[in-house]
Amino acid sequence: MMANILRNRELLLVGAIAVLLALITWRFPPFVVPANLARVYNDTSILIILALGQMAVILTRCIDLSMAANLALSGMVAAMLNAAFPGLPIPLIILAAVALGTLLGMINGALVWKLDIPPIVVTLGTLTIYRGMIFLLSGGKWINAHQMSDAFKALPRDELLGFPVLSWLSLVMIALVFLLMSRTALGRAFYAVGGNPHAAVYTGIDVGRTRFFAYCLSGALAGLSGYLWVSRYAVAYVDIAAGFELDIIAACVIGGISIAGGIGTVAGAVLGALFLGVIKNALPVVNISPFAQLAISGLVIIVAVAVNARAERRKGRVILRKAEAV
Amino acid sequence: MAETHLTPRHIPDRLEGRGARLLKSWESLLLVVACLIFLGNSLASPYFLDPWNLSDATFNFTEKAMIAFAMALVIISGEIDLSVASIIALASTAMGYAVQLGFDTPALVLIGLSVGLICGAINGLLITGLGLPSIVVTIGTMSLFRGLSFIILGDQAFTGYPDSFSWFGQGYVWWVFSFEFTLFVALAVVYGVVLHKTNFGRAVYAIGNNQTAALFSGIRVARIKFILFLFTGLMAGLASICLTSRLGSTRPSIALGWELEVVTMVVLGGVNILGGSGTIPGVVLAALIMGMVTFGFGLLNVPGIVMSIFIGLLLISVIALPIVWRRARQRLAH
Repeated sequence: MMANILRNRELLLVGAIAVLLALITWRFPPFVVPANLARVYNDTSILIILALGQMAVILTRCIDLSMAANLALSGMVAAMLNAAFPGLPIPLIILAAVALGTLLGMINGALVWKLDIPPIVVTLGTLTIYRGMIFLLSGGKWINAHQMSDAFKALPRDELLGFPVLSWLSLVMIALVFLLMSRTALGRAFYAVGGNPHAAVYTGIDVGRTRFFAYCLSGALAGLSGYLWVSRYAVAYVDIAAGFELDIIAACVIGGISIAGGIGTVAGAVLGALFLGVIKNALPVVNISPFAQLAISGLVIIVAVAVNARAERRKGRVILRKAEAV
Repeated sequence: MAETHLTPRHIPDRLEGRGARLLKSWESLLLVVACLIFLGNSLASPYFLDPWNLSDATFNFTEKAMIAFAMALVIISGEIDLSVASIIALASTAMGYAVQLGFDTPALVLIGLSVGLICGAINGLLITGLGLPSIVVTIGTMSLFRGLSFIILGDQAFTGYPDSFSWFGQGYVWWVFSFEFTLFVALAVVYGVVLHKTNFGRAVYAIGNNQTAALFSGIRVARIKFILFLFTGLMAGLASICLTSRLGSTRPSIALGWELEVVTMVVLGGVNILGGSGTIPGVVLAALIMGMVTFGFGLLNVPGIVMSIFIGLLLISVIALPIVWRRARQRLAH
């Protein structure tokens, strides 16, 4: 039964995206040619990678508001490494960005796990701290395209079998996170901890430790996205991806990942991100002002929450039916 | 502490020992921090202790604090409102639009407050009417309200506010006391009385501590929560009037990021983000601390972004301290 509801959620979203594409086609047919859809996917790749990390955190009943700041800090460090040592191999720089991102995620996780501080407070604090660190590191200066090596900027754009490496990377991340969620004890623990923390404790799962690993994952993916972001847009400064943390959470919410924890799938997170990506890319071509994008995202989030809320009725015995309906 | 602290009877990640003593110690801690920052500021800069400078410093926090009082009640009731900064933007946009149509100050004030109330009512209806989680709903309305401002304004700015309108953000009631600061003091008293001295306030605590129990003891949970979201909306409208008046213009990016600063202020003031505890005096102290930190760093020519590191560290350490302290005491007891 539960599996049915969950499958319906993703199907519902696929249907919504199909309707969206149909509407766009009616106004602007060239949008749905495969080449353009591939471009839209590529444009949404970074959001998809980030949404996967946020999904793991939200599953454990936590939230990570610091992902965009983590991305910006890891990206800045990657850009500075490249500007200072142009000869450094790119994989090494990516590794450094992922390592730093993971470390920043570990800090969040440790505060949640060891000190038991509410996740929203922790990540609200680290969000401002990480942003400030970028300023301290860079002195508020920008790192521009001409300071970055060609190899550094080229990697996301390089084509492999006709698709950019950026798209391939996001597909690899989807596959990895899918395997983690469906084939490992840790993936199951994410669901268990969010679904019912007490029950998880009784089955021998360490709730705090599981949350810690969820934050490590979201940190690592934010670190990777940091490199991808600065190399793709060929610029790094304090405010890159400002406010993007909310897009990431929006993608998860639209994807049917319950903020109350324990409900959500990899497919949902990816589809939620794609839904936002399609809207963002379609607005200019159907002659809707790009200024309307924010309002449309907001409406979509509210509708998605309302639709998904029915599947999320608190499990438990209802003693007084009337009181429920207050 | 190898063993997990979770026990069957214990709700996970929820602060315990929320007695008056802890809160008292929290507020005295805040008071010490506030005094230290005040001292530091006066030592760091000879210009700090000038009454006019101090008065100017209050503009750093008065508008955010107005919203923080209402936000404190929302958070104590176990909910959150992340749309307040976007309500400021939408109210400001509506007032700016009205100016272009030739409306004068009284109408502008009415429009600002009305937009705030309407936005608050939308939040309240979605959250209490449909029973949706407030964090997600207000992330949605946060995008929606600011998005509407963008649609109306584009990349323009509204200016040309009437001279009489500038009094709200730039006028003084008496000597160095600005209208905004006076309003801040008055609202602190009003919210303090409502939260700490009325049945309504007690109901807010009851809902935050155990919503089901509150419901079964006859508290109208949905109605009270709806009123609380009206409060945050109204306060955002009021803050919008002050801020728009002080800046003399409206841009869609007005008050960007304020929702997080307001929440930081509330949490720094000792309000439990999970609901059930917190005080208005704590929020007042947190507002003063954040305002003085901003001002002090400004005097030292430290960029605002570095100040945010300090605020972030302060937030985490102030939350962590009582927890560490309690753990230490428990360990001593065993």
